[in-house]
Order: sequence, then structure tokens, then C-alpha cells
Amino acid sequence: MIEIDKIIKSYGDRRVVDRLSLTIGTGELCVLLGSSGCGKSTTLRMINRLIPIDSGSIRVGGEDVGLVSAETLRRHIGYAIQSIGLFPHWTIEDNIATVPRLLKWRESRVRDRVSELLELFRLDPPTYRSKYPHQLSGGEQQRVGVARSLAADPELLLMDEPFAAIDPITRDTLQAELAHIHRTTGKTIVFVTHDIDEALRLATVIAIMDRGRIVQLGTPSDILEHPANDFVRDFVGRQGLGLKLLSVRRIADRLRSGETAEGEPLALDASLAEALSAMTARHTDRLPVCDAEGRKIGVIALGDFVR
Amino acid sequence: MHRRRTFASPVLWVGLLFATLLLRMDALKPLLHRAFPGVEPVIYDRDSFLALFLSQLGLVAVGSLATSLVGVALAVFVTRPAGRDFRAIVNALATVGQTFPPAAVLAIAVPMVGFGARPTVIALFLYGLLPIIENAVAGLEGVPHGVREAADGMGLSAWQRLCQVDLPLAAPVILAGIRVSVTIAIGTATIGSTVGALTLGTPIFDGLVANKLPFVLEGAALVALFAIFTDMLFARFEQWLRPAAD
Repeated sequence: MIEIDKIIKSYGDRRVVDRLSLTIGTGELCVLLGSSGCGKSTTLRMINRLIPIDSGSIRVGGEDVGLVSAETLRRHIGYAIQSIGLFPHWTIEDNIATVPRLLKWRESRVRDRVSELLELFRLDPPTYRSKYPHQLSGGEQQRVGVARSLAADPELLLMDEPFAAIDPITRDTLQAELAHIHRTTGKTIVFVTHDIDEALRLATVIAIMDRGRIVQLGTPSDILEHPANDFVRDFVGRQGLGLKLLSVRRIADRLRSGETAEGEPLALDASLAEALSAMTARHTDRLPVCDAEGRKIGVIALGDFVR
Repeated sequence: MHRRRTFASPVLWVGLLFATLLLRMDALKPLLHRAFPGVEPVIYDRDSFLALFLSQLGLVAVGSLATSLVGVALAVFVTRPAGRDFRAIVNALATVGQTFPPAAVLAIAVPMVGFGARPTVIALFLYGLLPIIENAVAGLEGVPHGVREAADGMGLSAWQRLCQVDLPLAAPVILAGIRVSVTIAIGTATIGSTVGALTLGTPIFDGLVANKLPFVLEGAALVALFAIFTDMLFARFEQWLRPAAD
């Protein structure tokens, strides 16, 4: 759990973060969302003390981050950034092994951990282990960047627009991988972005920021359905709001249990946007839905979308 | 393929030519006699060229090693948060050192430390500092911002970041500065002969004083080959250093 309590950061006369308080529960994926200059990155970087706090406090797992040495703190918090920052003179293996080696893990354990992470990100260990960063594509480099941040298995992961510089198709894959990792590991993640669609897709909770303050805090559908003010309404976009809502609502919420329909079934945890897309493509208004084990358990119909 | 490249390498040929002239300058006696009739002796004979070369090599090695250590240390200092304020001063001092003619440094140093090797090393040290500081600062500042941020964010200490990230990534640029500095030092060291240091410049100045042109040519040719050969060795070393990142 992260408790941020009335933190302030100023540069000269300009207050970048203004008495900001925020509590993020264990296992949440909290997205700090806002346009550039709103203080979201500064807030993130105060958590691992890359930027010192002027006043206020931040506690991670109940402990004040100011009470341990910055190095110790950072070795226990994963950190991934937009510019990736792989060490160009080190192999992929050495890059991923950075923090485990700082923590003096046994070399055999380091090796196993590197293989495990490469496999998790679908990079064949024998092929990629000894390559250098410049031999990888941008998407592969960021996979390694995220793998590196996860290497020492930190409870908390900080990500600063990690996918912003990546082409849309690869970004889509990486977001799906991150969502998967979040679901399976239950890590607490604080994720900074200016991209509303990315936020809606990944977040369990979104903090919308403006001028160093949190304007609204809520789940993706809260934010879409009950925007706190005009700023939020403008930010999430008045146009296409319905489509965004479809992307955060799950088929599970609208399922007609027990009914049946023809065709390839959709997954229960797929979004309504995916369901709409499938219906449009297949020229139908009803599709079957299956659970995680692949059993058909019901139907989703077009009329259910607007209920 | 690899063998052929070794034989075709100019480094080898320049090195061989340099070594041959250094050890067997007397083989040119007939030629020089023909070119400079009446000059006797036609080959510089007060010291062996090898001894002069080794003495100069020692001076350059000591001077350049000191310059490199101090220059890189200063560059590291002014690129750390604590030393940022000193950057302008260090740069100004290094520039003054560079604009000060080495001959003037010798003239000032001799009354303080006496004749011979010492004033020469002082001149080499001051004169070689600027290229090293400039390159080392450029190299250290050229480390990509994202790489530095990632290093800090993962919890490398300042010292670990310097040794494991900043210096290795800046190494090719730092080395280029050392290469320039050493080449300058080889040329500059010859002037040390005017204050009694033994270098390949000694035959040049003796030749000028005694009006013996062959001595001047012999010294000049050897100094030039020394500088070129050293520069080539550095180029080789740089090449060897770079593929580590490729």
C-alpha cells in the first residue's frame, strides 16, 4: 500500500505538486493521468525519491520512504521509463540482472530469473540473453526494460509513460502483456500516462491530475460515467464517450446466462467494445460467451449494450 | 583474410620504419654524405637515438599519465552535482594552460624546479590538459539521459553509476581526447631539449646550433614517426574498444 500525504514540490515560484494526497491499495494498478506539466511524473518520481519532496510524506508498505537510503529504497521498487534507458554496453542478460546483482543474488539464481523473465515477455532466452540492446527493436527493448524493472520481484512497480514512444500495434501487445502480468502477479503498479485510452484499458483506479492536484479519483467507469467537473469531461473527451464506456465494461456485466447462440464464443472478461467489434464483423447481433475453461455459459446481445 | 589485413596494415609498416631508423640510422650514412658533402659526422652521435627515444617516451608517459588522471578526475568532478559550479573555472584554467606557449612554461618552470626532465613534464602536463578535460566532459555529458535516469532509478549508487555506466560509455570519447593530448605531448616534449631534457629534439637543437642540417632532419623524422605511430596505435585501441558496444 502507498500512502501519499499532502506532498508539495515547487520549482522556484511554480508549484508543480500541490498538497497532493493519494492512497493506493495493494494490488491496484493506479494510473496518474493528465496532460504534460500536470505533475504526474513528478509525483511518481517522488515515490522512489528521484525527486526530493519539499513537504508532506510518502509511505510504502507503511514505511516512510525518507527513512531508508535512496539506493535501498530504489532496489526494492521497480522502475520503467519512456526512454527505456537500457545500458547499451551491457547484454540483455546483464541489463535484466542489474538489480538482482546489486542485491547480491547468487549467480545461478540470477540466471534462472533472467530466463524466467525473458520467457514471460516471449523473448527466447538462448537467442536474446547475449544480444546487445541496439540489436533489438523498440518494442523488444521496452519488453526488456519492463523485465528489468521486475527482475528483483519488487512489490511495487513505477512506470513513467513506458509505452508512449512505441508504435501503436506493439503498444497494444505490450499493454496486454502488462495487464496480464498485473493480473497474475498482483503487484501494485503506479503508471503515468497522458493517454486516456491506455488509462481506461489498464487501470483499476485512475487519478486525473491538473496543476499539481488530483481532480478526480475513481475507477475507469466512474470517471467516464460521473466526471467530477468540466475539466475531466473535456479530458476524457465528450465525443466517443459511449465507445470508451464500451471499452471499460465487461461482457460479464451484461451476460444472458443459460441462453445459446451460434458462432465462435467470446471470452467472459472481454470488453463490450470487443463484443461490438465481433458482431459488426460477423453481421450478427448475438454471440455466445464462454468462461475461462472454454465452456459456453451464455449469450451477449446487441440490445444489452445500452441497458 | 585476417592475416592479409595485418600485413596490409599501415601500423605495421610505420612501426617497422620507425624501429629501423631508430636502430640503424647509420645505414643512411652514404646517402646523407652524398646529400650533405663536407658535413662530419653526418649521423648524430652524442647519444644513441634509442636512448633519446626512450628518454622522451618516459617524459611523455609520465606527463600524459598525469594529465589523463587529473583531466579525467576534474571532468568527473565538474559533471557531478557537487562540482557543477566549478565547471566554468576548470574550463577557463585548462584553456589558459593550452594558450600558454610551452616555451614560456619552460622559461618559468626552470628557475623553480631546475633544468632537465622536471620543467618538461610540467609543460607537457599543462599543455595536454585541455583536450582531455574537454573530451571527458563531452563524453560524460553524452551519456543518454534515460540511461542515467534508469541507473539512478534502479538504485545504483553514485560511485557504481560512475564506474559501471558513465565511464564505460564515455570511454571512446575520453580516449580520443587522450590520443590528441599524447600526440601533442610528443611534439611538445622535443622543446624540452632546450632546457636539458634528453629527447629526439636534442639532435634538432644541436643541429641548429652547430649548423648541421642532417641532425635536424634525423631528429625531425624520428619525432614525426614516433607521433604518427603512437597515433595509429591509439586508433587501433579505439577500434578495439568500440565493438564492445556493437
